[in-house]
Amino acid sequence: MSVPEILNQLIRHDLPRSLEIFAPELVLCGTVIALLLARMIGGTRKLPLHAVALVGAMTVFLGVFTQFMYLKGASAEGILEALFQTWKMSPTGTGTPGAYFTGLLTHDLFGVFLRLGLSMFLVLIVALTILSGVPDQEDSQDFYTLIFGATLGMMLAVGANHLLMVFLAIEMMSLPSYMMIAFQKGLRQASEGALKYVIYGAGAAAVMLYGISLVAGLLGTAELPHFASRVLLVLDGAGLSQNNATAVTLLLGILLILAGLAFKLALVPFHFWCPDAFEGALAEVGAFLSVASKIASFGLLIRFVLAFQGANSVLSEITLVTGLSLGVLGIISTTYGNLAAYVQTNIKRLLAYSAIAQAGYTVMAVSALLVLMSAPAGSLPDVSLKAGQCLESLLYYLVVYLFMNLAAFACVTILRNEIFSEQIDDYRGIFGGNAALKFVCICLTLSFFSLIGLPPLAGAFGKFMIFSSVYTAGSVHWFLWVVLAFGVLNSVISVFYYIRVLKVIFFSEPLPQQKRLKVPAIVGVYIGMITLPVILLGASPLMADLSATAHSVALSLLLP
Amino acid sequence: MINPDLLYFLTIFLPALGALALLAFDRKAEEAMRRTTLAITVATFGLTLGLWSQFDPTVGTMQLVTKHAWIPTWNIYFQLGVDGISLPLVLLTSFVFVLSALASWSVTHKVRGYLMLFLILETGVLGVFLALDFFLFYIFWEVMLLPMYFLIGIWGGPRKEYAAIKFILYTLFGGALMLIAMLMFYFNSANSEISGFRNVFDLMQLAQIGQAGHFTPVVQIVAFWLLFIGFAIKLPAFPFHTWLPDAHVEAPTPISMILAGVLLKMGGYGILRIAMPLCPFGAQYAAYALVAIGVFSIIYGAFAALAQTDFKRLVAYSSVSHMGYVLVGVAVWKIQESTGTTLNPSLWNMGITGAVFQMLAHGVTSAGMFFLVGVIYDRVHHRDLNQFGGLVNAMPIYSGISFVIFFAALGLPGLCGFIGEVFVVLSAWNFSPLLAVLTAFGVVLTACYLLWTIQRVYLGSEYFGPHAEALTDMNRREKTIGFTLAAFAIILGIAPYQTMIHIIEPTVTQLTEDLSAGYSALHATEQVSQAIEQ
Repeated sequence: MSVPEILNQLIRHDLPRSLEIFAPELVLCGTVIALLLARMIGGTRKLPLHAVALVGAMTVFLGVFTQFMYLKGASAEGILEALFQTWKMSPTGTGTPGAYFTGLLTHDLFGVFLRLGLSMFLVLIVALTILSGVPDQEDSQDFYTLIFGATLGMMLAVGANHLLMVFLAIEMMSLPSYMMIAFQKGLRQASEGALKYVIYGAGAAAVMLYGISLVAGLLGTAELPHFASRVLLVLDGAGLSQNNATAVTLLLGILLILAGLAFKLALVPFHFWCPDAFEGALAEVGAFLSVASKIASFGLLIRFVLAFQGANSVLSEITLVTGLSLGVLGIISTTYGNLAAYVQTNIKRLLAYSAIAQAGYTVMAVSALLVLMSAPAGSLPDVSLKAGQCLESLLYYLVVYLFMNLAAFACVTILRNEIFSEQIDDYRGIFGGNAALKFVCICLTLSFFSLIGLPPLAGAFGKFMIFSSVYTAGSVHWFLWVVLAFGVLNSVISVFYYIRVLKVIFFSEPLPQQKRLKVPAIVGVYIGMITLPVILLGASPLMADLSATAHSVALSLLLP
Repeated sequence: MINPDLLYFLTIFLPALGALALLAFDRKAEEAMRRTTLAITVATFGLTLGLWSQFDPTVGTMQLVTKHAWIPTWNIYFQLGVDGISLPLVLLTSFVFVLSALASWSVTHKVRGYLMLFLILETGVLGVFLALDFFLFYIFWEVMLLPMYFLIGIWGGPRKEYAAIKFILYTLFGGALMLIAMLMFYFNSANSEISGFRNVFDLMQLAQIGQAGHFTPVVQIVAFWLLFIGFAIKLPAFPFHTWLPDAHVEAPTPISMILAGVLLKMGGYGILRIAMPLCPFGAQYAAYALVAIGVFSIIYGAFAALAQTDFKRLVAYSSVSHMGYVLVGVAVWKIQESTGTTLNPSLWNMGITGAVFQMLAHGVTSAGMFFLVGVIYDRVHHRDLNQFGGLVNAMPIYSGISFVIFFAALGLPGLCGFIGEVFVVLSAWNFSPLLAVLTAFGVVLTACYLLWTIQRVYLGSEYFGPHAEALTDMNRREKTIGFTLAAFAIILGIAPYQTMIHIIEPTVTQLTEDLSAGYSALHATEQVSQAIEQ
């Protein structure tokens, strides 16, 4: 192919398609620019910037939603038809899954599903900041710019198709996070948390970069889809053994990259930044970091680990090793997170450890997925269907986690605005006051019970799905039985610390000089709106819908 | 004739809807809210009677089954039905809830929250007894945790927080074991043609698979123990009973009535509905251990009750003792070692029938005893057995009702407690004379502690304890509850067959036949494998 032909191909075909798929991200960039320009033209006084942010976020959500429906093959009727036309969906563009931007990113149902989650979360978090009144008008450009920038990085992460993109995306979501943590400028804990996060993050990034250079250098490519075939080529029939330097280097590279991802997921032992960062940050930022950043990192993790898939004994050995090491991380994270959470006195630190434990449960699903896929061909009927169920459970849990963790953090935010404290002891007997405050307390209870995994709340069904995937994978490797036992026992002991908070809220006597607390009704409406899915996704036919959607998304990734 | 779908929906969800309706009341309208709650529980009781009227007592299989798709990708169905084991328990549940709604007038603090949780609890319990899908069962099983935690933790006694967390931890631990067993059945069900080689949660299909011997012996034994521990915590059987005295003592009176009267039966029901039918081989494997645990619980509970000075704690330990009979009756399954056939199935039938009847009788008597303790506690604000005495003079009606209920609990012939105990003891003789003798000895111990309690509380010349001036006889509301319970204790005692056993028996016969078939299906293969090993 000659140079003009390549250029022609790029400009005629790749670029229009890429831009069509990339349109929501472009809107995201546009919003950032609009927010920054508003300061220059002095619009800050007249124009409420959070409105700009909210409109931008909603447009992004609408864009990704349209893509999702289009790719899913929904029939163009009514509003959908109008949406398809507004966003100029075309069968060759959005309608065709595959790599875009010359193979740096990939477009498929899995990616769009996670982008949908991220953009929905963006809308919800912007709405939360508007209600909680943080940031104020002066700071809002900076704050929303950072949040939007981080979200852009996350949306890139879930579509990463190239190791370069993996690294770029991780950095793009990390850098704004560092600054967001230090957002409360005067606060010592905020600076401390941010500094720890930066230093830790820089170290993790360096480790990951080293891993990337090892893998890319060894395989001669950085494009994820070529990994499997290149591994076979490089190893040249030799198995994975300690004597084979190539194999050792490859495994080392993979593990280093996994370490970088584990840092983003705050898995033990890469979690040290997490409690300090959460304690120093605003609760809103905590919500953002614990949910959005997890969704993106899990997307990235799945993309990376599935790159080594193939019907070959060496490849399945690699998959098994990664799967088992993730299983170990899952066990340590849930156990450590749950035990450490018990002694916390600050609610945000408690939620940080809870997030570590929750990430542990979620990574168990990935571990089960990999272990199942490593099963020798023919030894297990419908492996890919079972693997699909693992991925389904992961996706379901991520969606549920989005709502329940956001609800928990949102309630903490609202309570902070009322009692000006985030110490658990100061929550004594706050179940009282006006109806909206009581409602907030009940929603906090529901989100906590869902995090524990009590039916009929959504977290229970999510956990059930994860445990059943782990159970299935147990027939391939016995270690998954151990993982299952730890997962189940952990969900029992996690009761202690969640209940401790509820006990203080509901059972303890209120502080003597407490004034009557009041929460605006609109806040109650918002909290109710994000808690409702926690109930509906656990005890209504909506479960079936989400489960079926997650199932089809999972299968589309595993059986293209 | 109402459509069963609608009937089930209303029976289960009417209380929950009622809980929502309470939100519409003004905060101060406590009386109106209590009346509404009572009306809702009465309506629910009426609905369960409607269920009874549609039930055919001559058939031993599941009746009035409804099935709706819920989560098709996981083969989870919203499937409900009743048989001769669940129907009496459903009736008992709605009955005890009516009485404890009446007893709820004694709760005066945060009334609305209390009543809402109370009604949600009823939804959860009815769901457990009606569910025919393992997943649905599990959900309802855990649903009642949440309201129960708050009911004990907010409206309970001095050590309420400790009792509440202990209750939730024990139950959750049992639930976790049940979850693992549930996954084992779900994934192993795909090996059988009965489920069409699909993973199912359908309890009836799973029971058929168990009966056909398509779950391997190892799976059955492991799953049975997991399930048994989960249910034994609820039952409660020694050594999993330690949550019970705390929870019962700290809970407010109406909640103690429900705990003892209804929630404990979920354990026995779980064993009969899930643990045994799904793993007959495992059940037979564990039968002797089960009977032994049951006998030990009877004796241990009785001795523990003898040692108590707190009236409510005594009643709580009597529950441990009485529920031991349920475990014994369920598990007296004797087989011919060489052929694997069941010996004297009619005696085993009698054991299970006795166990189910014992659950009903205990539902009436234990709810009654907790209510009686509550009545006296409301008046004198203590429960120290050594400071009572002479109540028969101060409160004659109260004492009269107490005598009926206490004698029913100790198994006086003609009252409800007798039938269950005698059935169980007789059937235990067939299983193991030694254990039968011990069981019978438990009856004597029961008489000891109950008679001694009557002597210490009611007899004597005069009451010398604190608040003697508050000893007035029962008011109209309390009399209604007391007389109703006493009446049922007598009716169930005089006409056990006509009221309940004719419903229970066909189902139990069917159950024992299925279980015997399920065991013998695997007995042969097990013998072959043993022979090969040797």
